[in-house]
Amino acid sequence: MKHARIAWAGAVHEAVESNGELLLTRSPWAGKRLKFDEVVWLPPLAPVEQARTVLALGLNYADHAKELAFKAPEEPLVFVKGEGSLIGHKALTRRPQGVTYMHYECELAVVIGRTAKHVKKENAYDYVGGYTVANDYAIRDYLENWYRPNFRVKNRDTCTPIGPWVVDAKDINDAYGSPMNLSLLTTVNGKVTQSGHTRDMIFDVPTLIEYFSAFMTLQPGDLILTGTPDGVVNCDVGDVIVTSIEGVGDLMNTLGE
Amino acid sequence: MNMQNKIKVYWPRGTVYGALLNFKREWNLRAPQMPEAPYKGAPKAPVLFIKTANTFTASGDKIAIPAHVPEVDVGANLAWVFGAEGLVVACVLVNDVSIPHESYYRPPVKFKCVDGFLGVGAKAKSVAEVQTDAVVLTVKVNGQTVQSVNYADTVRASQKLLADISEFMTFQEGDVLLLGSDCLPDGKRPRAKVGDVVEISAPGFESLVNQFAGAAA
Repeated sequence: MKHARIAWAGAVHEAVESNGELLLTRSPWAGKRLKFDEVVWLPPLAPVEQARTVLALGLNYADHAKELAFKAPEEPLVFVKGEGSLIGHKALTRRPQGVTYMHYECELAVVIGRTAKHVKKENAYDYVGGYTVANDYAIRDYLENWYRPNFRVKNRDTCTPIGPWVVDAKDINDAYGSPMNLSLLTTVNGKVTQSGHTRDMIFDVPTLIEYFSAFMTLQPGDLILTGTPDGVVNCDVGDVIVTSIEGVGDLMNTLGE
Repeated sequence: MNMQNKIKVYWPRGTVYGALLNFKREWNLRAPQMPEAPYKGAPKAPVLFIKTANTFTASGDKIAIPAHVPEVDVGANLAWVFGAEGLVVACVLVNDVSIPHESYYRPPVKFKCVDGFLGVGAKAKSVAEVQTDAVVLTVKVNGQTVQSVNYADTVRASQKLLADISEFMTFQEGDVLLLGSDCLPDGKRPRAKVGDVVEISAPGFESLVNQFAGAAA
């Protein structure tokens, strides 16, 4: 099942995908069907009690590490993002005036399904609730070598589109065997600029869950953005960027000023 | 009912951000290395980190030190709490515990986001009752004073820090900003080991007290 969170008719609703439409699942509109373009898409994440932990990986695909002239890391290069940076599908991301290099990053996002502490790799998939697509924009003009990638690059308002929906982990496993068997594709104004495959991750999803849960307890709804492959290019105001992951979704975003 | 009566034990609801290198002493000690690799220049924007929700520990509760770590850094901070419309509404004392790390090149997740590594509280004070840039924190380990942290000595005074961060991100209601922790004259922070009791206090605030414990079996 694909789970979305949308705004429609003056309220926020949970919905599931059904035959190319959205099906509302709760009263008073349970059973109501909506077209994809009738709604405002929100990040597909239910609210959580405490601050959501959003972990993001840098240099987790060998080709991207090489592209950026880094040698592949020996342990996960991870940074943390605030929930305030997240926005939904079909949203507008702000490109500051005067910057020269702002690029998308198409990433498989893991949504934790149950409390994960000291999890072993062999059992790690039991702790995944589902998967979604994240576009972890970066503005390279602002890169500094202090806790790099620094927050001015990676924790900007509107700069982490996520969605359109969360796909149940079981559906991915049934259809593809595992999340490590999915192709990634990004288009800018319809032209393919980035293509990759989750099997090329340096640290795969079970390894990441074992690594993080060894020192930090993850809660349901927490996110791991697993990094991006080769093929990032500068995008300008007005560009339409679609970051797609096979079986998970096509996340559309437009740059605005 | 005034603000003070409404606030009981404080617990963070939003994202907890912290500022690194916001005291002149640490900045000046590090300045000679700043032009060198890997930094290749002094930081321009505020250097920030996040303390994830798994780190929150109430005052009075124990903080576990992982088995492989002999001692941890004590990062005494005054923190701001944001309310609606991005306004600062309250101040709270926190202990930003870290596994000591010399390099500030890569994000410090494995050093700072360890379970339990943020002592909080116990109570928040209305910001109207606090002169943020004049607050002096006292840090005691097992009853001995080990550090005095004076917010007159920051690189960016609190409003300047907020303005520079707000250039690229907006604080949401419930978010928290740690305004910085100072180092000692040798560039290190006070250290704590298993069994130590760390108390952070400031005039008018209820003290934040946490004992450090060994890792759970």
